[in-house]
Amino acid sequence: MRYLPLTPDDRQAMLAAIGAQSIDDLFVDVPAAARREGFVDLPRVSGELEVERALSAMAGRNTVAGSVPFFCGAGAYRHHVPATVDHIIQRSEFLTSYTPYQPEIAQGTLQYLYEFQTQVAALTGMEVANASLYDGSTAMAEGVLMATRATRRNKAVISGGVHPHYVAATETVVHAVGVETQVLAPAFDAEDAVIAQIGPDTACVVVQTPNVFGTATDVTKIAEAAHAAGALLIVVVTEAVSMGLLKSPGEMGADIVAAEGQSIGNALNFGGPYVGLFATRDKLIRQMPGRLTGETVDAEGERGFVLTLSTREQHIRRDKATSNICTNSGLCTLAFSIHMSLLGETGLRRLALLNHEKAVATRDALAAVPGVEILTPRFFNEFAVKLPKNAEAVVETMAAHGLLGGVPYSRLNPDAGMDDVLLVAATETTLDTDIKILAGALGKTLSA
Amino acid sequence: MSTMNTVGRPTTPNAVTTKPATLTGGRGLLQNEPLIFEGDGWGKTGVDLPAPEGHGSDLGGLVRSDPIGLPGLSEPEAMRHYVRLSQKNHAIDLAIYPLGSCTMKHNPRLNEKMARLPGFADIHPLQPMSTVQGALELMDTLAHWLKTLTGMPAVAMSPKAGAHGELCGLMAIRAAHRAAGQGLRSDKPRNKVLVPTSAHGTNPATAAFVGYQVVEIAQTDDGRVDIADLAAKLGDDVAAIMVTNPNTCGLFERDILEISRLTHEAGAYFYCDGANFNAIVGRVRPGDLGVDAMHINLHKTFSTPHGGGGPGAGPVVLSEALAPFAPVPWVVHDQNGFELIERPEGEAREAFGRLCAFQGQMGMYVRALSYMMSHGSDGLRQVAEDAVLNANYIKARLSDLMSPAFPDGPCMHEALFDDEWLKGTDITTLDFAKAMIDEGFHPMTMYFPLVVHGAMLIEPTETESKAEMDRFIDAMRALAQAAKAGDVDRFKGAPFHAPMRRLDETRAARQPKLKWTAPDGSNLAAE
Repeated sequence: MRYLPLTPDDRQAMLAAIGAQSIDDLFVDVPAAARREGFVDLPRVSGELEVERALSAMAGRNTVAGSVPFFCGAGAYRHHVPATVDHIIQRSEFLTSYTPYQPEIAQGTLQYLYEFQTQVAALTGMEVANASLYDGSTAMAEGVLMATRATRRNKAVISGGVHPHYVAATETVVHAVGVETQVLAPAFDAEDAVIAQIGPDTACVVVQTPNVFGTATDVTKIAEAAHAAGALLIVVVTEAVSMGLLKSPGEMGADIVAAEGQSIGNALNFGGPYVGLFATRDKLIRQMPGRLTGETVDAEGERGFVLTLSTREQHIRRDKATSNICTNSGLCTLAFSIHMSLLGETGLRRLALLNHEKAVATRDALAAVPGVEILTPRFFNEFAVKLPKNAEAVVETMAAHGLLGGVPYSRLNPDAGMDDVLLVAATETTLDTDIKILAGALGKTLSA
Repeated sequence: MSTMNTVGRPTTPNAVTTKPATLTGGRGLLQNEPLIFEGDGWGKTGVDLPAPEGHGSDLGGLVRSDPIGLPGLSEPEAMRHYVRLSQKNHAIDLAIYPLGSCTMKHNPRLNEKMARLPGFADIHPLQPMSTVQGALELMDTLAHWLKTLTGMPAVAMSPKAGAHGELCGLMAIRAAHRAAGQGLRSDKPRNKVLVPTSAHGTNPATAAFVGYQVVEIAQTDDGRVDIADLAAKLGDDVAAIMVTNPNTCGLFERDILEISRLTHEAGAYFYCDGANFNAIVGRVRPGDLGVDAMHINLHKTFSTPHGGGGPGAGPVVLSEALAPFAPVPWVVHDQNGFELIERPEGEAREAFGRLCAFQGQMGMYVRALSYMMSHGSDGLRQVAEDAVLNANYIKARLSDLMSPAFPDGPCMHEALFDDEWLKGTDITTLDFAKAMIDEGFHPMTMYFPLVVHGAMLIEPTETESKAEMDRFIDAMRALAQAAKAGDVDRFKGAPFHAPMRRLDETRAARQPKLKWTAPDGSNLAAE
């Protein structure tokens, strides 16, 4: 087997050095009843060629986003990632290293994590960011738990604009520890509705901007209302590129930002791996989940970086830790950070504006399709439309004609009675011809 | 004087007696690389994007006007920056990476190639299911391999790492107890989780995270679960035990069948931390040990790269009793093809919920399946055997100089030493580890498990050749002899030859500086 270096002679020599007769001697502690002779019922060893053939065949049974006009978003966005990014993250020293527990020989990882934390803090407009969580949805769950610790209150008020899967992932975890949630009814432009629900027991208010329908909202008033009641404001962002055009959550008064960083540096990957961005205020640092990289000096006074404040973490605090997270999204943070470094502020702002313009052009084209009603008043690169037909059926019909025309809202939330709502996203990768094809296909499907 | 090669002749080194510090902070090939924020990248970009059409936005007051604080790098600058940084990292591709409990094995590049096939990397999680049949088939195939290798009937795929898998397993256990009327808020709650003192920190952290009270189980002198203590603590208030097997001392729990029998008799579930599955894959099926739930770190046993701390993946295999409570989404198939069950209703009505936005770590699934198919059932059995053989070889060859924590009997995939042998030398486990860095090796796991004083946990994995292990062993022996000979300075000041000397972690924690700030306190560099 090509990945196993030991030869039969090596094995014999090593068994002799150990003083064992056979490999079975090393497994004597396994109870006889649980020892398996022979091989389990699975195929035997395969060469590269055979594996590549089998997996390529499976890959070939999927419709590749880049091969068709493509308008899916709803929490995962198709952007162009510079070739440099994928090249660098495949360098052995990044790809095949572990969590930087020995900082003297992990400064490469630690420095990029420090740069990543600085970039995320700047992007979100917050004072401090951690070294990542699994994804945006788990970041939201961690944010709610952190808010309950920080405020010693037990209830989260969640806007109806938050991605339904984020809400589900959060409720699953926070309900387990007895945190109460109040989720408001879905509405296209209703982030402000949370204000009326804030009470003395509210630990946090969770809003999303742009929300799952694409609506961008200035949440400053919500922040003020939350703070006046002693609650924290958690802002969820599922499209990180939006922060290149829109006011940052920090500027609008967020206390915690839980965001999905996939858009920058990372492929769609059918949903993972992604990278959870998590940022907050300095005063809440010790309540944060996840790893943090900090600056220090070495024995000769040279600047260096280490993982720090680990007394919050599971490997030190065990059952008193702020979170159980250990492995996070290391290499995805590197991809994010490289892409962000290449963009810079100039590139990010331009990228964001291009996304917005593509979405505006798409909206204008769809607004002209008979029967289509635009629902989202202000948006970044995604908006919702109301169709005279079931959106899922429309999407299926268009897919059968080689077009991925968006995400039916009912896929995320079938109980809302919004089967006619379609979420449509455009990015810098969207071509003008794609927009024409979408408008044409939608018109045809609706009139059929 | 050395001969200058300006005249085309070979140079000859002269005898150097001192090693002056460099003037720039660089060390030969290792550049002193500033942060991206400390260069001249303000306003620069390394991405050529078309100019926006200029009609701007109708977003009015929503538009961001303040400087963001993000420098840019041209492509050559970016390449240099990150390649320079990379050279300050140890990596499995450079040398043995013997971190016990972490399973740092070779990461086959075929897996990387497969994960990047557009049919896997460039598909959206919410595309119509008719357009992602191959992706669902891949998930289903991986699930089949995982179930077959573990002898378990079901698997929850979506957890994103080991600790997330623990969360998944304990949530399923919670849901099962609740369905039986013994939930945390019932009259007779099962509110305790028993965890051995040697467990990974994630075990008690996860149990507490889910709302359980953590009760420690004692360990015997031979490094296993104390059955008497377990039996005494099991009762109708216990929801589960969390046992790592092979355990964190690198030992197989000999009484594992008794442990699971007692646990089940008490009405509790057996959660197995599968971090060490590499030691037994293909030889022992956790399903045959009475396990109810076990996470599998695809980034350990199945070689998906650790990537400097992730991303991982932690699918959880489940027993018949727990399977109905698995979180959505999951894949089913019939003659019409594959389908993703995304809602906790119908056949998934007992699902405890959802753990993440989408279906989990597809990129890791592809890599893991590529690895499994490459090995096959025969290769995977050889993986376990070689991993165990390598660890025992290291243990055998170091035991005369260092003190194995559990000298009697074989270890599994990792060899554990304590610091008894360093007594009287004034050298600690930490000092010894830092001196290993000078010799070009990444240290083993230190001070874990907590039950062994000054623990040194060495896990070579099966992908080390005998030659590389001999090189490692020779270096360890030389260092051990130096320690015993009183060569204290070599250890106390180490590392001397790494990219950095020992770092001041106390200062980092006392005066946290967690991001770059400009000298004037703003988020922009001074012009």
